[in-house]
Amino acid sequence: MKTLSNMALAMVGVVMVGLLWAIASATVAPDLPSPVKTWQESKIYVLQPWEKRGEMDQGILRMASYSLFRVAKGFLLAVLIGTPLGFLLGASNLFYKMFDPTIQVLRPISPLAWLPLGLVIFRQSEPAALFTIAICSMWPTVINTMQGVRAIPQDYLNVAKVLRLSPWKRLTKVWIPATLPYMFSGYRLSLGLAWLVIVAAEMLTGTPGVGGFLWQEYNSLIYSHILLCILTIGIVGFALDRLMGLAEARLRAA
Amino acid sequence: MAFLEIQDIGKSYGAREVLAGVNFSMEEGEFVSIVGASASGKTTFMKIVSGLLAPSRGTVTMGGQLVTDFSQEAAIVFQNYSLLPWLSALENVRLAVEAAFPDFNRARQNEQSEKYLKMVGLGAAMLKRPSQLSGGMRQRVAIARAFAVEPRVMFLDEPFGALDALTRATLQQELARMCSEAARPVTALMITNNVDEAILLSDRILALGRGPAASLSPAVPVDLAKPRAADLLFHDEKAIRIRSRLAEFLTAGSQSRPSAVRAAARGVAKTIPVEA
Repeated sequence: MKTLSNMALAMVGVVMVGLLWAIASATVAPDLPSPVKTWQESKIYVLQPWEKRGEMDQGILRMASYSLFRVAKGFLLAVLIGTPLGFLLGASNLFYKMFDPTIQVLRPISPLAWLPLGLVIFRQSEPAALFTIAICSMWPTVINTMQGVRAIPQDYLNVAKVLRLSPWKRLTKVWIPATLPYMFSGYRLSLGLAWLVIVAAEMLTGTPGVGGFLWQEYNSLIYSHILLCILTIGIVGFALDRLMGLAEARLRAA
Repeated sequence: MAFLEIQDIGKSYGAREVLAGVNFSMEEGEFVSIVGASASGKTTFMKIVSGLLAPSRGTVTMGGQLVTDFSQEAAIVFQNYSLLPWLSALENVRLAVEAAFPDFNRARQNEQSEKYLKMVGLGAAMLKRPSQLSGGMRQRVAIARAFAVEPRVMFLDEPFGALDALTRATLQQELARMCSEAARPVTALMITNNVDEAILLSDRILALGRGPAASLSPAVPVDLAKPRAADLLFHDEKAIRIRSRLAEFLTAGSQSRPSAVRAAARGVAKTIPVEA
């Protein structure tokens, strides 16, 4: 019953935002396509989601899947670099003092600033996009892992010490399991960031994907497709976060 | 030279002196208890003796070797169990066994771990996680883990401090049984705030005086035959005498101490003749 009423309330919210959108397009923003117009002009992309008609003219799910693959690669890179980095920062005070200021400076840099640098370094749009996603989405993983390592209860460290565990056992039986919940919170935030970055990366590199499609349709003055892309980005991002949330909950329950 | 020798150790944190001029020694095969009220420096003492904490002054030697780190031949049972929550009871014990007996093959390591878990009566609960076990059962796992590495010396840091009185009594008997069943006499140093517990288990008891700058009382030998039943504490002349001597040490000089400490000392003294 409760989930049913919650869902009903959520639907009311959706309808209200849709109404606001319709009113805005009818009054103050004549260039903004109305919800109905958006649907009519976009339905071919939604109803034939896997159709490929041309490089930049593909079904919305197909476009989203390109973006998702790109995000997955960038995110994986972020996790592979960020997790050990977080471990080092959490475990070694020396390392922390050495690198924390640099990290704090790198952290707030926008993807729009990193991307040109990536293009300069890699001379190709795909690796540049991955570089941008990785470097922007890495920080929550780094910082959460670091905090997780710092928060390992002294009891567990004492156990490792009195049992005289080897460094490998210490890492796999004590440090990693104790840090895992923190690491996953970091992964969840990182994935959210990676998805944010993908749009910017695709816009600037013009590669096929939801972001690239969005930018192309803006340039071709088909504004309803911008809205289609925005909605897709939101829904996919929401789904990703929910999936990570489920994984996180399972982990905490175990 | 005695097996475990502590010479004139002291520990200060800044200007605060916790231990001063503590001398102590014990032989292999002895079960020695140190009793003291809370905050008397017991845990600091234990950490120094076991090598987990470096003293500010003095030396600790074990088997003639200077102790600088937790010894390979030692095991410790902490008050708060200190089990790893993501491992089952068996895995917790096996982790210790694997580290202590790297030459054993997997089957033998398993066998060793299971043997000691069965000894503490956890044969049926071996695959449970600590969160699925009661406090008493968790401490049994911790005791099994300590015995399973067959240590030359066992440190017990208020091993039953977190348990209710009934569980505590059962586990005391259990520990006494484990010690008597061990292949060679168990060398154990126990820290406790419970005089009765010390009398039930030890060969020798020392009281740790009041902090700050606590030091040890002369040893009180416990020449009572083992196994000892809990009711002996109320009937046996010798047990009652030992208890009042220890109470004296624990109360001595407490007049100038804060009321909480005095109350703790009174608690010990009160139980002597009245309940007998």
